[in-house]
Amino acid sequence: MQDILNQYQTVTEANVKEWFHVGEVSDFPENSGACIKYKTKQIAVYNFARLSKWYACQNLCPHKMEMVLAFGMIGDKEGIPKVACPMHKKNFSLEDGSNLGGDDLKIAVYPVKIENGNVYIGFSD
Amino acid sequence: MQKIIVIGNGMVGYKFCEKFVSKPNSDQFQVIVFGEEPRPAYDRVHLSEYFENQDAEALEMAPRSWYEEYNIELITGVRITDIHRSTKTITSSTDESYTYDYLVLATGSSPFVPNIKGVEKEGVFVYRTIEDLEGMLSYAAELKLKNPNAKAAVLGGGLLGLEAGKAVMDMGLEPHIVEFAPKLMPRQLDARSSQVLQLKLESIGLNIHLSKATNQILGNGSIAALEFGEDDVLDVEMLIISAGIRPRDELGKTCDLEMGTRGGIVVNNKMQTTDPSIYAIGEVALYNQMIYGLVAPGYDMAEVAANQILGKEDFLMPSDIDMSTKLKLIGVDVASFGEPFMPASKGHSVIFEDKTKHLYKRINVSHDGKSLLGGILVGDASDYNMLHQIYLNGMAIPENPSELILPASEGGKSFGSVMDLPDTAQVCSCESVSKGAICCSITENGSNNLGDVIKATKATTGCGGCKPMVVDLVNETLKSLGREVKETICEHFSFNRKELYDLVKINRVPNYQEALNLFGEGHGCEVCKPVLASIFATITMETANKQYEIQDTNDRFLANIQRNGTYSVVPRIAGGEITPDKLIVLGEVAKKYDLYTKITGGQRIDLFGAQLHELPLIWKELIDAGFESGHAYGKSLRTVKSCVGSTWCRYGMHESVTFAIEIENRYKGLRSPHKLKGGVSGCIRECAEARGKDFGLIAVDGGWNLYICGNGGATPKHAILFAEHLDDETAIKYLDRFLMYYIRTAGPLVRTAPWLEKLDGGIEYLKKVVIQDSLGIAEELDKEMQSLVNKYECEWKEAIEDPNMAKRFKHFVNTDDTDDNLVFVPMREMKMPKAW
Ligand code: SRM
Ligand SMILES: Cc1cc2nc3c(=O)[nH]c(=O)nc-3n(C[C@H](O)[C@H](O)[C@H](O)COP(=O)(O)OP(=O)(O)OC[C@H]3O[C@@H](n4cnc5c(N)ncnc54)[C@H](O)[C@@H]3O)c2cc1C
Ligand code: SF4
Ligand code: FES
Repeated sequence: MQDILNQYQTVTEANVKEWFHVGEVSDFPENSGACIKYKTKQIAVYNFARLSKWYACQNLCPHKMEMVLAFGMIGDKEGIPKVACPMHKKNFSLEDGSNLGGDDLKIAVYPVKIENGNVYIGFSD
Repeated sequence: MQKIIVIGNGMVGYKFCEKFVSKPNSDQFQVIVFGEEPRPAYDRVHLSEYFENQDAEALEMAPRSWYEEYNIELITGVRITDIHRSTKTITSSTDESYTYDYLVLATGSSPFVPNIKGVEKEGVFVYRTIEDLEGMLSYAAELKLKNPNAKAAVLGGGLLGLEAGKAVMDMGLEPHIVEFAPKLMPRQLDARSSQVLQLKLESIGLNIHLSKATNQILGNGSIAALEFGEDDVLDVEMLIISAGIRPRDELGKTCDLEMGTRGGIVVNNKMQTTDPSIYAIGEVALYNQMIYGLVAPGYDMAEVAANQILGKEDFLMPSDIDMSTKLKLIGVDVASFGEPFMPASKGHSVIFEDKTKHLYKRINVSHDGKSLLGGILVGDASDYNMLHQIYLNGMAIPENPSELILPASEGGKSFGSVMDLPDTAQVCSCESVSKGAICCSITENGSNNLGDVIKATKATTGCGGCKPMVVDLVNETLKSLGREVKETICEHFSFNRKELYDLVKINRVPNYQEALNLFGEGHGCEVCKPVLASIFATITMETANKQYEIQDTNDRFLANIQRNGTYSVVPRIAGGEITPDKLIVLGEVAKKYDLYTKITGGQRIDLFGAQLHELPLIWKELIDAGFESGHAYGKSLRTVKSCVGSTWCRYGMHESVTFAIEIENRYKGLRSPHKLKGGVSGCIRECAEARGKDFGLIAVDGGWNLYICGNGGATPKHAILFAEHLDDETAIKYLDRFLMYYIRTAGPLVRTAPWLEKLDGGIEYLKKVVIQDSLGIAEELDKEMQSLVNKYECEWKEAIEDPNMAKRFKHFVNTDDTDDNLVFVPMREMKMPKAW
């Protein structure tokens, strides 16, 4: 179980080695999430249209190790963009992956780039 | 820099840290905390909640990062083994030494295990830590596999023992309580109240054995029975010992601090032990010859010790400590305050008892009839907070004190408002918050609502017992300032659900984003999105497909998400009636997609374990065979349960199946603040359990009796008789109006029963609105409901006909692969998700 979790490590723009093409903008629902696959990883991608921003994070909820975050509802908590896990509604910041409910569980986040209507996620492996 | 070492990271040790770092000059000290348990301090008072969710983090007092933030070094999983007072050092189980300037002992207590022959056997547990609970859970699970009717006993019928009894029930074992004394909760209750409590507990399935001394524990390796006397044996396969606590004072003993004769480290009113640089707080401290087994005094001790170390020497522990308690045991209120058992020489008692309702109330009043000295409440402790305050603050009581405990209908309830309390009244005893502090937080320090007040004062964050009173105080204070008391949905909308319903309707708001632009702020969340989705659905009957991005995950995929991220499929089987052909289709589909199949508690069939991409394929087949969505995923009409009625049953008065199907089809797809369930029974034998539903019809001579606002679930309520002898048409008319009125006015996730409870004027008022049309809106309600009925569409049919549908039900955007994280294990010829 731990191995599944450990393969997700936050990537910042600075350490991106590969911008992986995951589809076109229109493949992703507005103000909502969808899931993509990269090697063995499942990544949740959110087209946060209200903010004109895109976010990506691991699809795996660290609480019960379920691949579900892409289908959680997004929104904000006191201005911080977040996703609520569909299972038990734990809230994670889309900016840095921290748990807004205050406990230890954190998720990895990934940079997203939009170019000519195409969506790319940055990976370092 | 001076160094403080705290030994013990339990509730009180943690509270010491929290109080200490919040005080000026605390940054002049370095704080190191040792805890023997593997995790940071957690809320032991709410330990039993772990049985519900097994979520240890939810119980944490604060996450590890909190300690880091305040520069507190937290070392868990390490026990301190020795104190060397001469060198001011301690040693740990890992053989390391640390020096200290001040030592705070917060080592708490451990369960007392009496020296009974056989206690070492497997299956014998104590109830104190998360690890204890984990041990019990896995033992109980194994037991149940071997014997589904396994029994477990709790040794001790005190406060904690009864809580453990509830845990046994929750684990699905047959619960037995064994108490040495002739009554339950001997420390808090008198003989009569204990009898009332016993009756109540027995009525919900707890077996109680009083005046029983356990001689030995029998069994070969693991426990098989308790032996009381020669022929007096109770077969049980598990035992939880809850026979009191013993302070963990071993460190005090070895370094020669003064100890109580029956244990505990002696402290003065500064919380200092006989060594002035060593303090003891919480359940290890013996103060006034007493160990206080409650958190509130422990927190007070933490406050005193923190102040003393910082040099505020006039901060002392009061000599009187309030030991009043209120708890909810297995859904039964029990409270005692002040002097619960007062001798006749000191005053007189007023007792109200109603054994049929499992109710007992006793108050003890001074001889002059002017003051309240204490009391006991069993069965209904809703007046506890107010009585406790009257006692604590020596407030005047009515000339006829029985008014304080008599039911309202008999002239009772004569205490004034919470605002009559003196400012010094301590409302939250866990966090020592006075009435004055709560009001002041609003009048002077800018708190605007309950949330702000809790943040600012910490009131209610301990045991939570004071919550009703804090809510009243906040509301009354806001009102006194001329401010409206508002229930708002979340940080994005400062309206309640009814107001939002009206705003959306009057302004013809087309969608969620527009509602947020017009009436909200920020970007929404998982609370307001589904609330608005429900509002849109009941104003326009739009299905969950239209704005699927604001739907909860279940509604987004029109299926209930299961524990491993797969989904369930529940087609509508109106009234529970199904043809053999349709039954065969369900079987074939389940087989084809390898779905776990179960008859639900709602008289229909649930197919579990479908993957996202399979949902449209499965539904295509079901719809082709004539099925429709069952809306099991929505806050919407679920089922209308029926019994066979006069169609087959020799007692049936009317055709209950036919009517149940008609009603279920009328309201199918109807979204509402919470789920809606109905029932129709063919006679008063009530085989459809109609009175356990939001609406129920029972056939009687000359028509239907209509019952409303019942439910099963966590707080079961029987539905109340609303109208009698109705013909089909009138029954439906009343139902239309009742449901529409509920949908318009209820708060989010409020079912009909709690809604009615809060409705001013109650059922009589509702009758006036629905039957006599006192608000003049009946016609409007009729029309609205009819138009919703006319607009019904099966949302699964809509979804599979939508060309974009395939996209929504794909697990990955960029590949056709399926989720490879799913693991199933076999289960009685079918399959189930691998456990978490
Ligand atoms: C499948 C089923 C259990 C079963 O195997 O029989 C079930 C399963 C769930 N119930 Fe239930 N309930 C099921 C019948 C019931 C019943 C019995 C009945 O309907 O007669 C009750 C008590 C009656 C009542 O509701 O008044 C019941 C009271 C609850 C409650 C408590 C509601 C309350 O007001 O206290 C919840 C929690 C909630 O809704 O907040 C709940 C919630 C749930 C949830 C949605 C829990 C969740 O969030 O995942 C379960 C998901 C179902 C799924 O994935 O399909 N379920 N649930 C039953 C489906 C009935 C159906 O055909 O639609
Ligand atoms: C199931 C249950 C329900 C309860 N319900 C209520 C209630 O409703 N109301 C109420 O007021 N109280 C209740 N209590 C009592 C309440 O939990 C205690 O009063 C409170 O936890 C005492 O806090 P403490 O810090 O003194 O002790 P603890 O919480 O026991 O903490 C002591 C900690 O110190 C550690 N420790 C001990 N020795 C060492 C050592 N040598 N080195 C390192 N660490 C050490 C222990 O492992 C433990 O973690 C309940 C208790 C239980 C078990
Ligand atoms: S089906 Fe209902 S009762 Fe059973 S575990 Fe789920 S929510 Fe609880
Ligand atoms: S699985 Fe995500 S919150 Fe529990």
